Amino acid sequence: MASMTKYARSPRPQGSGFELASWFYMRVSGAILSLMIVFHLMWMHYVIGLNNITFDVIAGRWTDPNVGTLWRTFDLVLLILALVHGINGTRFALEDYIHNRGWRVFAKTLLFVVFFFVIIAGAYVIFTFNG
Amino acid sequence: MSATNSPRGFLAKTISYKGGIGHWSWILHRLGGLGIAAFLILHILDIFMVGVSKEAFEALLFIYHAAIIRPFIWALLFGVFYHAFNGIRIIIQDFWPHMFKYQKQMATAVWIIVLVLVIPLIGIDIMNLLTHG
Repeated sequence: MASMTKYARSPRPQGSGFELASWFYMRVSGAILSLMIVFHLMWMHYVIGLNNITFDVIAGRWTDPNVGTLWRTFDLVLLILALVHGINGTRFALEDYIHNRGWRVFAKTLLFVVFFFVIIAGAYVIFTFNG
Repeated sequence: MSATNSPRGFLAKTISYKGGIGHWSWILHRLGGLGIAAFLILHILDIFMVGVSKEAFEALLFIYHAAIIRPFIWALLFGVFYHAFNGIRIIIQDFWPHMFKYQKQMATAVWIIVLVLVIPLIGIDIMNLLTHG
C-alpha cells in the first residue's frame, strides 16, 4: 500500500484475488452508501429533527405494521454495508502505517473482533426488537 | 524504511507535501473515513440500547439532544457528506479514467455540493435546539 502515491489515489489492484474484490467492494458499496446515508441524515435531521428523537420514535419505526419491515431492512443493509466498508477502510490505514508485522496482525485482529461484535449487536437488535 | 514510516515523519511529510487539491482530498477522505468508522461503533451501540430498555436508550440520547455535543455532530455531518461525495469523485475517476483531467473541477464541485447540503442541515439543527431550549 503506497500511502504517498501521487494523484492516483488507489490504482486498481492487479489480478483477481482478494484485493481486487476489496477494491470493487469499496466502490460499489460506497456508491450505494452515499445515497443511503444522505437519505438517513436528511430523514433524521429534517424530517424528525435531532431533538425529537426518543425511544418511542425508534420503536415506532421498527414496529410500524406497514413500513416497520422496510425500516428494519433499510437499517440492516446500511449497518452491514457501512461497517464492512469501515472495516476495510480502517484495514487500509493500518496496513499503511503499521510496518511491524506483529503489531499489524494484532491491530487487524482487534479491528475484526470489535467490528464483528458490533455488526452482530446491531443485527441482533434489528431482528429481535419487539417494542 | 523512509521517514514516512514513522508517525512523526508521516505527519511532517503530509503537511509539507505539495500534492495540490487531490492530496488534501486524500487526507480529508482518510481522516473522515476513520472518524466515521469510530462513530459507527458508538452509534450501533447506542441503538443497541433500544433493545435493552427504554431507560438504557434514553440515558444515551444526550448524544443527539445536547447542545454541547452538536458541534461534534456537525463535524461528523461534514465528514460523512465529504467522504460520500469525494468517494463518488474517486469512483468516477477510477472507472472513467478520461475524467481525470477534470480532477480539480470535480474536487471543487465536491466542496460546493457538500457545503450546500451541510449548511442548511446545521441551520435546521440550530432551529431544532432553539425550539426545544
